[in-house]
Amino acid sequence: MIKFKNIASVKNRSILREMVATDFRVRYQGSVLGYAWSVLRPLFLFAILYVVFVKFLKVGNGIPHFPVYLLSGIILWTFFVEATSSAMSSIVGRGDLIKKINIPRYLVVLSSLFSALINLFLNLIILFIFAILSHVPLQGSWLLIPLLIIELFMLSLSLGFILSALFVKYRDASYIWEVLLQGGFYATPILYPLARIPFKFQKYLMLNPLAQIVQDFRWCFVTHQTTNSWNVSVKYFTIFPILIIIILIIVATKYFKAQSPYFAENI
Amino acid sequence: MQENIIEVNKVTKVFAKQSGAKKIKEKFLGLEKVFTKKQKNNNSFVALDNISFSVKKGEFFGIVGRNGSGKSTLLKILAGVYSPSKGSVTINGSLTPFIELGVGFNPELSGRNNVFLNGALLGFTRKQIIEMYDEIVEFAELENFMEEKLKNYSSGMQVRLAFSVAIRAKSDILLIDEVLAVGDAAFQRKCFDVFKKIKKEGKTVVFVTHDMGAVQEFCDRAIMIDSGKLVTIGKPREVALKYEVANSGSQDIELGKNSRPINSDLALKGVALKGAKNGFLKYNEDVTLEVTLEAFKKISIQLNLFILKRDGTYLTGYNTIKDVAPLVPDIGIHKLTCRIEKNQLNKGVYFIGVAAYTYDASLAKDEAPVLLDILDLAYGTKVPMITVEDNSKTSNGEFNLKAEWKL
Repeated sequence: MIKFKNIASVKNRSILREMVATDFRVRYQGSVLGYAWSVLRPLFLFAILYVVFVKFLKVGNGIPHFPVYLLSGIILWTFFVEATSSAMSSIVGRGDLIKKINIPRYLVVLSSLFSALINLFLNLIILFIFAILSHVPLQGSWLLIPLLIIELFMLSLSLGFILSALFVKYRDASYIWEVLLQGGFYATPILYPLARIPFKFQKYLMLNPLAQIVQDFRWCFVTHQTTNSWNVSVKYFTIFPILIIIILIIVATKYFKAQSPYFAENI
Repeated sequence: MQENIIEVNKVTKVFAKQSGAKKIKEKFLGLEKVFTKKQKNNNSFVALDNISFSVKKGEFFGIVGRNGSGKSTLLKILAGVYSPSKGSVTINGSLTPFIELGVGFNPELSGRNNVFLNGALLGFTRKQIIEMYDEIVEFAELENFMEEKLKNYSSGMQVRLAFSVAIRAKSDILLIDEVLAVGDAAFQRKCFDVFKKIKKEGKTVVFVTHDMGAVQEFCDRAIMIDSGKLVTIGKPREVALKYEVANSGSQDIELGKNSRPINSDLALKGVALKGAKNGFLKYNEDVTLEVTLEAFKKISIQLNLFILKRDGTYLTGYNTIKDVAPLVPDIGIHKLTCRIEKNQLNKGVYFIGVAAYTYDASLAKDEAPVLLDILDLAYGTKVPMITVEDNSKTSNGEFNLKAEWKL
């Protein structure tokens, strides 16, 4: 079902483009500042966190460029939350389409992922500007960032497929996912540096693909002092997050493929 | 023999009756039942039951049936929106569903953006839409409104825009679900013209409708579905006839709620068509009806022969007083005929009824005579149906009004 050839067909590309464009056009409908909000929103959010965590709590003492370090974690996490949540409700939310027309169902999920991806890119641009202003040195490891973004995208996409199909049958999924996201937020070193937690727990935390992505991103982008997936204490733990993502992709493809013929009648 | 472009093979569709999302809680509670006793599953509803048929290339194929008969489910299975529970559907070609006009229309977007969105969903590439954009706008007659948001459009404007996009579809098969039910008369005319053009182009069309006139005008073949079962397949006029017969006693027009009066003087035995086969006749053909009655007593009566519309409403009638007054039949069975002249009834489906009243010349004008007996849909009796096939191009409505204009 989800063959690259199909996704890239002219017809499907047109559908995808129009759906993403519609999402984007409709999102800030009726607001005075319009599209500017997609940049302003994360900026304001970051300003608050900066004041709380850098000025008052001072959690990042000893870490170079901690504001950038903090911001990168927040941006990646924001994408993950936005992508999975919007993907989850995408099939049900687009019920009008699903019930009337036989477009490939995965396009609906993909379009919500791409909408989130556009926001991620806008946020990354801010992050880069911010990094340059904070004199973060240009490093060769920046080139690895696209790989991490792809990994994050694949993780969110596979979860998005599973959640969207589950949500059609069980609306409880949204509440459960909300709780899991809350837990995940604290299980991932976003607001705190990994070094702040006891050493023996660090390696277990790094099994979480999101923790791995966030830490590796910081290693590549901000400072090589960061604990990353290949300098974590237990070596074979390095491949664990990747393994989780591969399993998720397989499960997601199978489950979504099995469920999608019944979306129209179950919505 | 032309090839089959659509093949429907023993399709059955079962829906779970409990619609909407199930709660996980119920799943857990359900487990308990599995352990105690295997419950008989009666929570399902069979929407389609073992349906098989095929559509040939270039055919205009009708699907008729009452509300809830399963015809829309069938169309959705053809469109690939639903998948059959059993059986299979084979489609040899590209397909555009017109299950609803304006799929994906977003009220917050401009007319222009909606054209691109809707077009993409119907399978056009961006380039194709750019090429035909001007034609679409022109056909919809919305040149000055394309930058307006769709929510500021009237519903008629929205339909026009949606239709203009939809008719550009270049696919081999079109699925049309009662598109004709929307829009005003002028718009419906436009739809019909487009259908005629599509038919000429040799495209395959599957058309779901209640409108027996449209079925007979456009379709090459049709099927009728009732309660999920295929009742009949064949020529449109035969299917239309079956449909009308099946529906003449249907509940949705509240027929048969009255009971015939009982009297010992006279009984109407029947009313039948003479000549016209199966009740089909041409606009320019006379039709003769034969009324059979039995008189038990020699009394003065009058008969009123009347024409009912398809929904059972009274259209017009012709009383014996106009020709013979009073009518005093001898005791016994009598056959009377009444000829309705040609060039009066326009294209459509009608029922013929007859009523017998007492005749009393001394009655005041506003006093009603006593109803002796009646054959009428509303009294639950079988009455003949006539289908007038041709139409005079210049008239509309049920019958041809004879009048004259002067300048």
